[in-house]
Amino acid sequence: MPERIIVPFGPQHPVLPEPIHVDLVLEDEKVVEAIPSIGYIHRGLEQLVQKREYTEYVYVAERICGICSFIHALCYSQGVEHIMGIEVPDRARYLRTIWSECSRLHSHLLWLGLFADSMGFENLFMRSWQLRESVLDVLEDTTGGRVIQGTCKVGGVRRDIGQEKLDEMHRELDPFEQKCRDLGDVFLNDETVKYRLQGLGVITKDEAYALGATGPTARGSGVAMDHRETGYAAYGDLGFKPVVETAGDCYARCAVRVKEVYASIDIIRRAIEEMPEGPIDVKVKGTPDGEYFSRAEQPRGEVVHYLRGDGSKHLARARIRTPTLANIPPLVKMLPGAQLADVPVVVLSIDPCISCTER
Amino acid sequence: MSIFQMTKTVIRNLTGGPATRQYPAVPARRCPLTRGHVTIDPSTCRSCGLCSRRCPCEAIRIDKEEKVWEIDRMRCIACGDCVEGCPFGSLTMEPEYLPPVVEQCAAERHIITYVKPEKPEKKPAEESTQEEGAGESA
Repeated sequence: MPERIIVPFGPQHPVLPEPIHVDLVLEDEKVVEAIPSIGYIHRGLEQLVQKREYTEYVYVAERICGICSFIHALCYSQGVEHIMGIEVPDRARYLRTIWSECSRLHSHLLWLGLFADSMGFENLFMRSWQLRESVLDVLEDTTGGRVIQGTCKVGGVRRDIGQEKLDEMHRELDPFEQKCRDLGDVFLNDETVKYRLQGLGVITKDEAYALGATGPTARGSGVAMDHRETGYAAYGDLGFKPVVETAGDCYARCAVRVKEVYASIDIIRRAIEEMPEGPIDVKVKGTPDGEYFSRAEQPRGEVVHYLRGDGSKHLARARIRTPTLANIPPLVKMLPGAQLADVPVVVLSIDPCISCTER
Repeated sequence: MSIFQMTKTVIRNLTGGPATRQYPAVPARRCPLTRGHVTIDPSTCRSCGLCSRRCPCEAIRIDKEEKVWEIDRMRCIACGDCVEGCPFGSLTMEPEYLPPVVEQCAAERHIITYVKPEKPEKKPAEESTQEEGAGESA
């Protein structure tokens, strides 16, 4: 029997943008066990809810994550609106959907680039980020911020997108989709990518479900769960089908994200076409009294904001369950059996966002 | 064949020139909505204090006795909430980012001219007339 050694992976590692630490128990070059540990960048953002007014906390909620920032703000605002019984105007719901999908687009394109980088495919990495830049430009033009949009608020949105800009976005979608399809074609059909990814980090449907995987990690294993199906914001009006792959390996998770990029473009196109006229916010009066589990679909999976108000202008408690936290147990299940050199690819395949996880 | 897809992409890369801007020579991309930094017009400020109350990161401080309006640029997150909340239009959001600094700098001070008088205590009946008088004296 070969000798077992422990190799620490992270928290500082070239492939990881954020600090997660995994102790890898190896037999020769093969991983037999993975022991994760998190807690390097805890910031105490949940506690801040008791010190900031409930309308101000949107800005804090938005800064939980630097990538899915808009959806955090959306999820928090939805929760407070539900507690206070506020009905958001239709146009605000559609605008929220457009910005959510723009966030998903730029997050997935960022991830595809990082994933290509972890495989050693530098050229593809650059191509992905080049496409991501055009999404960020649209976000900056419409909201004023590239990654921290700051447009969601309790009771609606803070900015409108003019008809001229909407038409321009609609015109740009077709060439953008063509570029994305060219890029996705390489991820889905290139022989080197397939050879590197297929059969790596396999997790079955039952295991993924039992371990509580969410988002593309679950959908790559055939678990058809996507919170957008429940129809929050304007997804109910636009209709939506989750993207599902069944293989459960890194290639399937990559394919889910590539196809979600196409799906997001489609949702944005339909949202622009069906955009209703009207006000973008309602006046918020009173204070939240009650509790609610608000849920939304982030690029990485389902986020849960538990909010409890006690009738004062500060919420009494907020608890945020982020998708990466739910995806770490499946990751621990995926790693045994992989070669040491494949560990970065497997870890990245769940799209770890540690700032989210530790809040 | 997929391998030719990437070959096409590589050829386009080689012939298409750089995708990034040659930054110091070509100016950075600007857009009018960008939240760069907050500026104040001290002559129109009436020191109502709404901006400092609305600020989620407590970056703005108003001292009515010293007649100063201070903003701590290191704390400000440029959310623009103060600009939206200002009833007199004294605050504006400029699209330029401020240059980076390497040291903690002191809060930026502005001298404001008008200070709203304090409301008189225990005279609820006369309050409305007093306020009108204060507005005219401005």
